[in-house]
Amino acid sequence: MRKILHIDLNNFYASVECLHDPDLKNVPLAVCGSTELRHGIVLAKNNLAKSYGIKTGDVIWEAKNKCKSLVTVLPDFSLYLRFSMLARHIYEDYTDKIEPFGIDECWLDVTESEKLFGSALDIAESIRKRIKDELGLTVSIGVSFNKIYAKLGSDYKKPDAITVIDENNYKDIVYPLPVKQLLYVGRATYNKLNAIGIKTIGDLAEAPSTLLKEKFGVVGEYLKTFASGQDDKPVKKKSAVSVVKSVGNSITTARDMQSYKDVEVVINLLADSVAGRLRDYKLKASTVSIYVRSNDLNTKSFQCKMPYNCSSSEIQEFAMKLFKANYKPPFKFRSIGVKASGLKEFEQLYVQLDIFDVARIEKQEALEKAMDKIRSRFGYNSVKKGILKLDEELTEFVNPKEEHIIHPISFLKG
Amino acid sequence: MKVYVEVIASFDVNGEVNPLSLKWEDGRIYEIDKILDVRPTASLKGGGAGTRYLVRINGQERYLFCEAQNVMNRHSFCRWFIEK
Repeated sequence: MRKILHIDLNNFYASVECLHDPDLKNVPLAVCGSTELRHGIVLAKNNLAKSYGIKTGDVIWEAKNKCKSLVTVLPDFSLYLRFSMLARHIYEDYTDKIEPFGIDECWLDVTESEKLFGSALDIAESIRKRIKDELGLTVSIGVSFNKIYAKLGSDYKKPDAITVIDENNYKDIVYPLPVKQLLYVGRATYNKLNAIGIKTIGDLAEAPSTLLKEKFGVVGEYLKTFASGQDDKPVKKKSAVSVVKSVGNSITTARDMQSYKDVEVVINLLADSVAGRLRDYKLKASTVSIYVRSNDLNTKSFQCKMPYNCSSSEIQEFAMKLFKANYKPPFKFRSIGVKASGLKEFEQLYVQLDIFDVARIEKQEALEKAMDKIRSRFGYNSVKKGILKLDEELTEFVNPKEEHIIHPISFLKG
Repeated sequence: MKVYVEVIASFDVNGEVNPLSLKWEDGRIYEIDKILDVRPTASLKGGGAGTRYLVRINGQERYLFCEAQNVMNRHSFCRWFIEK
């Protein structure tokens, strides 16, 4: 039987803020994006704010309605990354099988470590204590025999707690939980499950495979293995570098984009950062997709093929074509994203060149390489495309390539 | 509350850092007689987390914290502070 821990740093952003300014400990606190740039939602909150019913994702005015004395601070991502790394260093004292899930969660496989450090529960207790003493943060830890149950365990009791879910007690602890708590049961799946009378994780575990397969396809099988504790996905080793499958970037602009010109400015900015990251990874892409979010928070995405490349002007051109094919003014968009996928490494790629176009492509590549070099020496903003100067309000953020590096991670990837 | 102080420290060949003396708010300089303990610790009174040195100065024991700076800034290595 494997021994797996899932460790969750409680109220991570808010806890780090409280640690750095002890005065914040005794007031309801929320870490929120900037209202001016329209990122004004609650990203994290401390327990006091939680007791007022404030939830992650609340808009600032909504949160302030719930609690008049709410204190809000802007996020300091580099500080959070530092604490995330420090926590990771502590985990590394116990095992090399560490798989991060976002910035504040990790799975650890300690099956082989038990001979060195005592039982999985002892290890969990020692990690809980060290994080508290050394970093001043609290964690909740789930100890179990698979990743899914370990995660349920860390959610079961928090903050500053350890929950063991083993083969003797899992039916008592896991089965009565609402099915919503299971990883990969989002709103749509939840409604569908409810419609066929599945309310708890136990119901799902005991539902007939044929029914689930009929309703959900392959995902139905996954869900059943997750629910019944048969998931056998390994915790990835620290050294196993995940293969990049797509590179994307998106922003919410300070004001709505209402014309092709607005959209073009923003797509230029995004394409530039996506192309830069592709070149960092030594990859070329063959598919471009865009994602647009309207003011009523409806999201749509579109994609198309393009010849393999990693040039910002090509990506921008195809993204813009996609947009124009699907939208005609008037429109109002609040957020837009560009993603490149269908990736291949430079070295494995042989492309049929167009004899008349070679000079133009080589020139473009040389130009972008030169921009990369300048940026690596003098910073991302030292050289910019002229078009970005057209509307600086829309492109107002510091370094699109490095700032947005905290991504949600898909559990099923790879 | 934390009081940031100026520190003179030695760096040995293994990269280990040991504070030798510190300059208090009023300008007086205190020699550190002995380092009794070093461990990573959060400072709950002062805020933040770092390496905590338990030092002996004039026969009295004090905690001196070394707080690592933002990793992105290569010119600023760490700041030293004492809880008040």
